[in-house]
Amino acid sequence: MSDDPFIRTPATGPVTPELQDRLEKIWETEPGLFGWLGTVDHKTIGIRYLVTAFVFLLLGGLEALAMRIQLSGADLNVLTPEQYNELFSLHGITMIFLYALPVLSGFSNYMFPLLLGSRDMAFPRLNAFSYWVYLASGLFIYSSFLAGALPNNGWFNFAPYSLREYNPGMNMDFYALGMIFLGISTTVGSINFVITLLRTRAPGMSLNRLPIMVWGTTTVSIGNLLALPAVTVAFFMLWMDRTFGTHFFDVSGGGKPLLWQHLFWIFAHPWVYVIVLPAMGIVSDGLPVFARQPLVGYTLVVLGTITTMMLGFGVWVHHMFVTGISTMSLSFFSGASFIITIPSAVAVFSWIATIWLGRPVITTAFLYFASFIVMFVIGGVSGVVTASAAADLQLHGTYFVVAHIHYVLIGINLFGVLGGLYLWFPKMTGRMMGEGLGKAAFWVTFFGFNLAFLPMHWTGLLGMPRRIYTYPEGAGWTTVNVISTVGSFILAAGLAMVALNVVQGLRRGRAAGENPWDAPTLEWAIPSPPPPYNFAVIPVIASRHPLWEERLDEGTGRSSLYHGLLLDRGKETILTTMLDAEPDKIAKMPEDSLWPLITTIVLTFGFSGMLFQMWWLTGLSVAALLGCILLWLWPQRSLEQTARPTHE
Amino acid sequence: MSDVAPQDKVVRDDEPDEIIDFRRLRVGSVGKGSSGYSGMVALIATEASLFGYLLFSYYYMAFQLGPEWVIELPGFKLSGPNTAILIASSGAVWFAERAAKRGQRMRVLAGLGSAILLGLIFIGIQWKEWADKSFTPATDSYGSIFFVTTGFHMAHVVIGVLVLAALFLWTAMGLFSSERHAPIGIGALYWHFVDVVWLGVFFTFYITPRLGI
Amino acid sequence: MPMPDMSWPDERSVSHVRDSFSLISLRPPRPILALSAGAAGLAAGPAQARPPMWFFDNYGAQGRQLEGITWGLLLLSVAVVAIITLLVAVGLVLRARRGGALRDDRDAVRRRDETGAMTAIYFGLGLTTAVLIAFTVWTMDTLANVRVPPAEPAFTIEVTGRQWWWQVRYIDPQNPERDFQTANEIHVPVGRPVKLLLKSDDVIHTFWVPALGGKTDMIPGQTNTAWLLADKPGIYRGQCNEYCGLQHANMAFRVFADPPAEFDAWWEAQRQPAPEPRSPLTSAGQDVFVKNCGVCHTVRGTIEKAQYGPDLTHLAARSTLGAGIIPNNEGYLSGWISNPQGIKPGVKMPAIPLSGSDFTALRAYLATLE
Repeated sequence: MSDDPFIRTPATGPVTPELQDRLEKIWETEPGLFGWLGTVDHKTIGIRYLVTAFVFLLLGGLEALAMRIQLSGADLNVLTPEQYNELFSLHGITMIFLYALPVLSGFSNYMFPLLLGSRDMAFPRLNAFSYWVYLASGLFIYSSFLAGALPNNGWFNFAPYSLREYNPGMNMDFYALGMIFLGISTTVGSINFVITLLRTRAPGMSLNRLPIMVWGTTTVSIGNLLALPAVTVAFFMLWMDRTFGTHFFDVSGGGKPLLWQHLFWIFAHPWVYVIVLPAMGIVSDGLPVFARQPLVGYTLVVLGTITTMMLGFGVWVHHMFVTGISTMSLSFFSGASFIITIPSAVAVFSWIATIWLGRPVITTAFLYFASFIVMFVIGGVSGVVTASAAADLQLHGTYFVVAHIHYVLIGINLFGVLGGLYLWFPKMTGRMMGEGLGKAAFWVTFFGFNLAFLPMHWTGLLGMPRRIYTYPEGAGWTTVNVISTVGSFILAAGLAMVALNVVQGLRRGRAAGENPWDAPTLEWAIPSPPPPYNFAVIPVIASRHPLWEERLDEGTGRSSLYHGLLLDRGKETILTTMLDAEPDKIAKMPEDSLWPLITTIVLTFGFSGMLFQMWWLTGLSVAALLGCILLWLWPQRSLEQTARPTHE
Repeated sequence: MSDVAPQDKVVRDDEPDEIIDFRRLRVGSVGKGSSGYSGMVALIATEASLFGYLLFSYYYMAFQLGPEWVIELPGFKLSGPNTAILIASSGAVWFAERAAKRGQRMRVLAGLGSAILLGLIFIGIQWKEWADKSFTPATDSYGSIFFVTTGFHMAHVVIGVLVLAALFLWTAMGLFSSERHAPIGIGALYWHFVDVVWLGVFFTFYITPRLGI
Repeated sequence: MPMPDMSWPDERSVSHVRDSFSLISLRPPRPILALSAGAAGLAAGPAQARPPMWFFDNYGAQGRQLEGITWGLLLLSVAVVAIITLLVAVGLVLRARRGGALRDDRDAVRRRDETGAMTAIYFGLGLTTAVLIAFTVWTMDTLANVRVPPAEPAFTIEVTGRQWWWQVRYIDPQNPERDFQTANEIHVPVGRPVKLLLKSDDVIHTFWVPALGGKTDMIPGQTNTAWLLADKPGIYRGQCNEYCGLQHANMAFRVFADPPAEFDAWWEAQRQPAPEPRSPLTSAGQDVFVKNCGVCHTVRGTIEKAQYGPDLTHLAARSTLGAGIIPNNEGYLSGWISNPQGIKPGVKMPAIPLSGSDFTALRAYLATLE
């Protein structure tokens, strides 16, 4: 029995200092430059995602402030039309693609293994790769600044204006190729989240015991896998039209401009749920911590999350209500757009019920989570208004929609993220952020945001179209625009205060300890910041709130948090079955590796070759890419992928 | 962050009354249970969507532009045998996978090698079919969608052949055994996927115009 | 009753426009969303002009249909936000406690009976569903009502969107010899529906006159159909609503709703080619025009078939220039001809350098194009 080296009975035991030291040596990142470039530690990668995403938030914010200055009066000439058009395009691209999902990926990357009781993500090298590609594609798109050819057709990039006939510069090529490039990161990242969820949970963590954020991220990752190829196809077709004279979208050759809109929105509508559902998950997990009450209606919220994502695939035509489609189409998609409100409303009722049933303590994080509820609803109702095709015939393309999208993007994504930041900063850094400054920053941010965007509903009713670089004096839009501009600067100031709060917390925050919030989930059972191996022993889970079990008296039995699988014979973690999380296999995890970075660099050369139409460079890069993948995936003995086991 | 006082390392033990009796578990990449296999399933889901959207584009244009849009009805002379070749190659891969489970190295090599050969023949025949077309990708939207869709498929076949070649190499080097051959199953899944996609492409481009769609 | 007017730029400087024109406000918009100072500005005294792109208190049969459900949805939205905000605020007031360290707050976590809370959630969901279904039905009903005009349109206006102006063709299906082409300004008869054929010559544009009805895209490669029916005489502003490039912001137009007799007279006048110049000055001006402008601009009777720029046969009768962005008077016209890029940077009309005498002659000629 013990002869077969591929099978063993894993040892169990308590957490001891000797075990912790041993695991630390096994799991810590290699020192020096090799470790910095080649680390596969999900926590490091998660923080990199967060930092990079916040940098893009800053850039996108500066772009917005420039636009708001230009719009703060009628017929101003602060920016030329070209500059404004490029700014609003880049603002959308940056916020929607380079900030909104990556920031959530950052939290998910950091948190998944901690929430699931695992030692790393399912594919650590792929994880590193997804970050490097994100960084490279973001830089690729922003390098358009150097070429003076920023994307200038919005983030939605409708044809035919995106075709070479109307847009001869490289602006569109940066965007099209950059998006295909970024799509690689999103795809592999999504694969990683899905498999991590399905396979690497701690024993006993059945699906009904998962935190909502995990449900949220996994659901949208599956959604990503199914939706993202639509936009990849669309951008590829666009690039082909521009580069090789194909005729997908160009009318003179039998192309259809509306094909672009269909493909784009089939992707982009699910995408908007991708960038809010995980944030809603953060709130669903964070609110109960401070409300001192588990989320009421957990199952409903999970079902609501999944249903929202699924229905999200069936409403894309509501972006095309005015393109001249049939009344039947209008009715169907309008109805579907109304229906999708229902599963997303579930969470709102659930959060309110949790507050009412619990005994909330008002911390900074809680302020973000509670205000989130109101702003979610404001964004939601403006969505309901435009879901009606009849109302949309007037409201489409006006600032009413701008108000809606910013309430859902800032109110849901950013406020959820900021709440998550305040919730998890102690865990990630071992320090607390100052509550005084935190609350002040919250109020400034909240006030500035609402001052900027609430009036925009009115601006839209006044008929101001979107995407215009200026407007005439007699339009009646001046006053509201001034108010929005003032609000945007106050919002910026609030975010600057949050940044200051972070910096002060890093420097001088008091020690957090393991569980400063007395929170219920697994990540609070380990030191702050977590050691490289996360869990010294793999816990066995018996309930949804392991750290509140005794007090809640839910479920049968008790979780075992400090006595469990040691898995200390190399970099190991446990794989469990999909539904009930019963132990299935011991997985070997890879060491730090430079292949993810090298592959990214090769890809960058490849895409640059396509951008400048240097086909030899692309050809070489493809060959090099194949080589990288071959060597990266070469079966390794240490990972127990080959015939000869490591332990004989 | 580094100067926070490390939490004291002490012995911690729940001393649980009952703990899961951990039975013997397999270690490392094993067959369909490996995370790599699950990863390939996810990759196939997204690639299948990609082809789904390409075919959506075809159907959208066909619906909007009518039967005259198909400037040259694609024929079966080359594509028919080619389809059979691809299906046969899946058979060869299935054979190789079965042999791998039994640790029969020569048979694995035979199966993989045949599949590679058949794949290359497929590529060659399709290349000829492309060259014979009266239109190019830049002729009009039909030409564009035809070549881009079959082109994407061709690219997946090429990658599939390279995957099979890598598996061939690793098998020949003796890296695998009846216990450890997960990459073969993973690569086989990919190859079967490429085959199924071809059936979808074939149906869309070669058969639906003849059905009056 | 004074004519509703929602026009700008400042009309007082445009000498040829009818006198019955004035800037008087109408019944002010219902202050539904008094959420910002903008609302206070609008609700101010009667000397204020109504915002031209405001679409409530609509003057078109289609627009009025859309008003009702839009108001309903907005009211619903305000109610929902108020209720939720109240629930959150009251919940916090009733249940929140002064914060201590949460670490020591362990006793607050305990098992609580969730039955009541779950009932509340189901109730909320049920109510939401019922309300949404009602609005779906209302939406579908409205859509059915606006699909076709209440009567058969008497004639058709074909509008082709072009970067960044509007090519307009009037089509009389009964008498094709009455068809004519114009640009950037549309006249419609009050109380009679008009069919719109919307096309584009280059990229996607959108035709939108908020005070009369909803918007419809103009997509190259296809023709979209819409309809307009103005209930009251007046001047209504339209603007392009789909980003179409550099000067999307400055692609506007005007719709004049004329009493039927006036409208018929307008049509007859527009049909006519331009009169032959009578004086030496205007004759010289015509030569200048043919040499410098005739490549792009048609003036029926002088230059035909020049399709790059707007038809200028009746330029002097138009109230605005540059696609609705500046008034059509001597000063602005001169500015436009000598430096279009200064007014609308990126516009496809180049600046044409002309000598002083040529310029005077040209202006005189253009003034004859009534």
